[in-house]
Amino acid sequence: MRSPESPVLSISGLIKDVGPLATLDGKMLRVVSGVSLVAERGQVTALLGANGAGKTTTIECAQGLQTRSGGTISLLGQDPATAGADLRARVGVMLQDGGLPPSARPIPLLRHIAGMYASPRPVDELVGRLGIDTFSRTSVRRLSGGQKQRLALAAALIGNPEVLFLDEPSAGLDPQSRQLVFELIGELRDSGMGIILTTHLMDDAQRLADYVYIIDAGRNVAEGTVAQLLQRDPAVESGTEHIRTLFFEAPAGLDLTGVLPEAIAVSETRAGSYVATGPLTPQDLASLAAWWAAHGVMPGSLSLEARSLEDVFLDISGKDIR
Amino acid sequence: MTVPPISPPGQAPAPLLRRILLQGRYESLTMLRNGEQLILAVVLPLLALVGLTVTPLLDGLGGSRVNVAVPGILALCAMSTAFTGQGIATGFDRRYGVLRFLSTTPLGRTGLIAGKVLAVLAVLALQVVVITAVALPLGWNPPAAGWLPGLGLLVLGAAAFTALGLLVAGTVRPEATLAITNLLWILLGALGGIVIPAERLPAAAQGIVHYLPSGALGEALREAFLLGTIDVGAAFILLVWTALAGAAAIRWFKWN
Repeated sequence: MRSPESPVLSISGLIKDVGPLATLDGKMLRVVSGVSLVAERGQVTALLGANGAGKTTTIECAQGLQTRSGGTISLLGQDPATAGADLRARVGVMLQDGGLPPSARPIPLLRHIAGMYASPRPVDELVGRLGIDTFSRTSVRRLSGGQKQRLALAAALIGNPEVLFLDEPSAGLDPQSRQLVFELIGELRDSGMGIILTTHLMDDAQRLADYVYIIDAGRNVAEGTVAQLLQRDPAVESGTEHIRTLFFEAPAGLDLTGVLPEAIAVSETRAGSYVATGPLTPQDLASLAAWWAAHGVMPGSLSLEARSLEDVFLDISGKDIR
Repeated sequence: MTVPPISPPGQAPAPLLRRILLQGRYESLTMLRNGEQLILAVVLPLLALVGLTVTPLLDGLGGSRVNVAVPGILALCAMSTAFTGQGIATGFDRRYGVLRFLSTTPLGRTGLIAGKVLAVLAVLALQVVVITAVALPLGWNPPAAGWLPGLGLLVLGAAAFTALGLLVAGTVRPEATLAITNLLWILLGALGGIVIPAERLPAAAQGIVHYLPSGALGEALREAFLLGTIDVGAAFILLVWTALAGAAAIRWFKWN
């Protein structure tokens, strides 16, 4: 685990038991068993895990919404289980289900929440920035999923917090809203806010996170920067090259035998679409380009991909549906 | 537009009283904008008041029909607002995560409950004004000495019903809260000794209604507004209900 100088959130050995009433068989169930993490100022720290991995429970303990059974939590230097309004004024929370009253209209609701803070962010600024003015006369009940998400984000930011918790922030967002929300998150991070992101969407974590904790079955299973986690390639760990995949489109039926080393599998997946996978080197790319030049082939499209965070995640937590 | 730079550490909450008053105002307006809630809080009690003054149901109980009816109607108002209305609203707030979200703001859980109590009191005050405005022309003439104990007991009754409403809303699904609180409103309203005094109820009911919050509040308010005195036994029963339901709600209330 990292040990930064002044973390905004530090969780150590968190344990959460539920039951016996909440479980069907009348026994205590340990849903979080020893999760530890640290989140820094000016960074997006992602907590990644499959549904039911214990992400939301961990974060709700950090927010003071659930009591923990063991371990320690320090949020801005205080214990969220016992802290009061002074701590809550410095922390913004965007819940997965929004948590907004269905009968409310966006702007009066934001003004109401703003009233809970001594010096809130101007409501109009957030309304304009998040495009809430386009649906300001619609009640929460009638908003689309993406509109609700943007309103929930505005509600979390209205107090101008030092720490921001985001639970699945891009759920239900259309591509434009997603871009808007991601840009805003980037700006907030750059302004020094400590952002804790919970998600099961690898793409969100890959685009936003400075540091990632992967948890599974209530335990830490991996952590690192996105780049570090992508290096966790079984091939790399065994001392071989990094696996990459090259896609290109070219005239159908090319005979590429002998152009690339044997370790690289080349196939034409459908007429004119080629895939080459393996420990590709710059020399391999040069050989391929030289062959194209010699044969007068200009690819219609060309892309090279490394492993995604999703591949890493599936390696670590297994591919079983749970 | 760019996001302004973050304020230095030390972002502070608004003062506690302001937070509670804001939440109280917000919840009151939400209650008053809800049509079904208004029917339950104002229209049905007014209909019951008129019904009891034009029928001989309350004759021979030591006062004019309207003098016997109005205290019970005020008690019914407290049950409508504090138990049924507030219970249903809290149940759905819980379902939609509103309780969880507001718990994370400076308002917090204590402020949230305080705001709900304030909203119950504000709506109840409005109900008292409306009922009084209709009842006085109908001939209601309570003794001046009855107002202070009467309003005090009404607040105590509202506290008992608020605690019971929170207990139901915090422990079962909102649909069940809706069913339970509406059903109890009808049952207690008709047979709970709240508008119709125990002596006019079936013999089987008479023995227990004194111990119900509905019967205790109805009796206490009738004694205050008819005689200007305090029914200590009924007040004690209301206190016990408030304490028990409050303790149970604190113990078993689920925020999500």
